[in-house]
Amino acid sequence: MASLLFDIAAFIMLISLVLAMVRLLIGPTPADRAVALDAMTIIALSLIGWISLRSGRVIYLDVAMVYGLISFVGVVALARYVERGL
Amino acid sequence: MELLGGIFAVAGSVFLLLAALGLIRMPDLFDRMQAGTKATTLGTMLFLIGLALAEPSWAGKSALLILFVLFSNPLSSHALARAAHYAGVTLGAKAACDELAGECDDEAGEVTA
Repeated sequence: MASLLFDIAAFIMLISLVLAMVRLLIGPTPADRAVALDAMTIIALSLIGWISLRSGRVIYLDVAMVYGLISFVGVVALARYVERGL
Repeated sequence: MELLGGIFAVAGSVFLLLAALGLIRMPDLFDRMQAGTKATTLGTMLFLIGLALAEPSWAGKSALLILFVLFSNPLSSHALARAAHYAGVTLGAKAACDELAGECDDEAGEVTA
């Protein structure tokens, strides 16, 4: 039962990943795309947590943490680019 | 306990879905940023709490991830909003006034941009 609930949660997260990707594709300004990319990486971080639960390996939580760190640095670099160019 | 974790996980994923809907439906960039940051922070935190409830031996690492998301996500969103404002992105038609540009008349608008 609990495993089914987690699978439903993963399915809903996949739908929201696709919806955020729509904004990434149609966003008029680079800042819109950066916001959509930020939301997508956070959703993917939750999905990595689901993968770690399904496979039973705690090492994927470390993967999720490193992924979140890289996405944070990437979004800050994108913000610098939007503000004053490379 | 595992059932409670699953309920937390479904609640978090519903918040993530609402955040993605807000990313599509909101009218201008700053509204989209508000929907895409706060709701995803809450949704990820709820999902990770559910993960910690389903596997209690992973609670330490989940708590570390929750703290990391809680600190890093508003920070990156703030940097992005400031950069977009100085890059010339304007507010939507329904916005009242631009406080960072010093357009507001009340006492909150005395911020020197």
